[in-house]
Amino acid sequence: SLSPGDTSVLAGLYGPAEAKISKELPDRAALEVLLRPKVGLPGVLERSREQLLRQTCEAVVLGVLHPRTAISLVLQVLSDAGSLLSCCLNAACMALLDAGLPLSALFCGVTCALQPDGTILLDPTARQEQEARAILTFAIASSERKVLMATTKGSCSVEEMQQCLAAAQRAADTIFQFYRDSVRRRYSK
Amino acid sequence: RTVEPLEYYRRFLKENCRPDGRELGEFRTTTVNIGKCLCSITTADGSALVKLGNTTVICGVKAELAAPAVDSANKGYIVPNVELPSLCAERFRSGPPGEEAQAASQYIADVIENSQMIVKEDLCIANGKLAWVLYCDIICLDYDGNLLDASVFALLAALKNVQLPLVTINEETGLSEVNLKQKNPLIIRKHPVATSFAIFDDTLLIVDPTAEEEDLAAGTVTIVTDEEGRLCSVHKPGGSPLTGAKLQDCITRAITRHKEVKKLIDKVIKSITPK
Repeated sequence: SLSPGDTSVLAGLYGPAEAKISKELPDRAALEVLLRPKVGLPGVLERSREQLLRQTCEAVVLGVLHPRTAISLVLQVLSDAGSLLSCCLNAACMALLDAGLPLSALFCGVTCALQPDGTILLDPTARQEQEARAILTFAIASSERKVLMATTKGSCSVEEMQQCLAAAQRAADTIFQFYRDSVRRRYSK
Repeated sequence: RTVEPLEYYRRFLKENCRPDGRELGEFRTTTVNIGKCLCSITTADGSALVKLGNTTVICGVKAELAAPAVDSANKGYIVPNVELPSLCAERFRSGPPGEEAQAASQYIADVIENSQMIVKEDLCIANGKLAWVLYCDIICLDYDGNLLDASVFALLAALKNVQLPLVTINEETGLSEVNLKQKNPLIIRKHPVATSFAIFDDTLLIVDPTAEEEDLAAGTVTIVTDEEGRLCSVHKPGGSPLTGAKLQDCITRAITRHKEVKKLIDKVIKSITPK
């Protein structure tokens, strides 16, 4: 469970488990992501977010070590106060870490909001997101801080995007440190 | 090619070209048909058929009247819906829309919203009482990769073709009167164009992937730009990691592509407008 500020997401990871014959892949693990919103049934927005999360996780999980299995990741949104997608990304990565799945790299989610006056705000609240001109969410990999996933909402210029990307890469260091601390705390007992 | 597809492709990529003869940065032949005469949908208010190589996407726009939502009384609605029927590729089964179709529908809605292509306030007829709803149905007839580019292009072409009849509200009865004789074209503020890339082996980027290339690729990137060179959307759903510099290359290529597509659309619109 991860809660930056007031946004809270609970992640549960199941696997590698036996897959249904219709879903199993012969050479790698089949990854499935289910995102459940706080209220209502999952709709098109959840589907597109699930696709983003699934392809991000598929890029880091070494699926070839577990062929013909299924890995299910279920995310439940407990509260949404801005930066939901990056919260889901961080929860997903920590769940993968906790389950002990073989990963090629860690990733973290960072949301940047571009204010109307041009300043860049990291991890915006719901209010700041509404006022912002554009919101960019990046998933940054731990190896050389490369971009694993990128989504934008609203339009921005190319320079602004590069600035946000640079800011996100710097912020990724803080988040990876947080991962290390959490894992250390869990296993030091 | 069937037994070791990745090796087969790598041999071509080493020579900087692809099995169908294209360069790494070259698009497939794009053709677009707009309007009632050339395009098949006569019942729609606006329609367009786009062919990007073998990928064929048809878009029909229907305009209907509805009451606007309570919290945004001066805004109309645009409802895009992307369908991938089972006739377009054997991987799509009939039944409820799969993840790819739903994600594509959401993406198109986001692009319209981000680029401010159609401002919802323009669709309002009477504040709080009546507004236009544009149902944009994008149906793929033949899937050979690069669905998002073709869909965005088809949507843009169809919307440029839409003619909305003038609607007035009768003061006394409060009912709406539709004047079918007088039609105005839709006000399109921005012209977003999507460019998709496939990532191979963590370094190589190829433009406009076919279905085969998409399956082999380690990831995809889609960039939507508008005419001012602003980024309306950067969509990189997972896949192998990219550096910021590589992303920059994609963006520059997307801006060039925008100019080509804009020229094509202008040429086609001019050819169908009655003189």
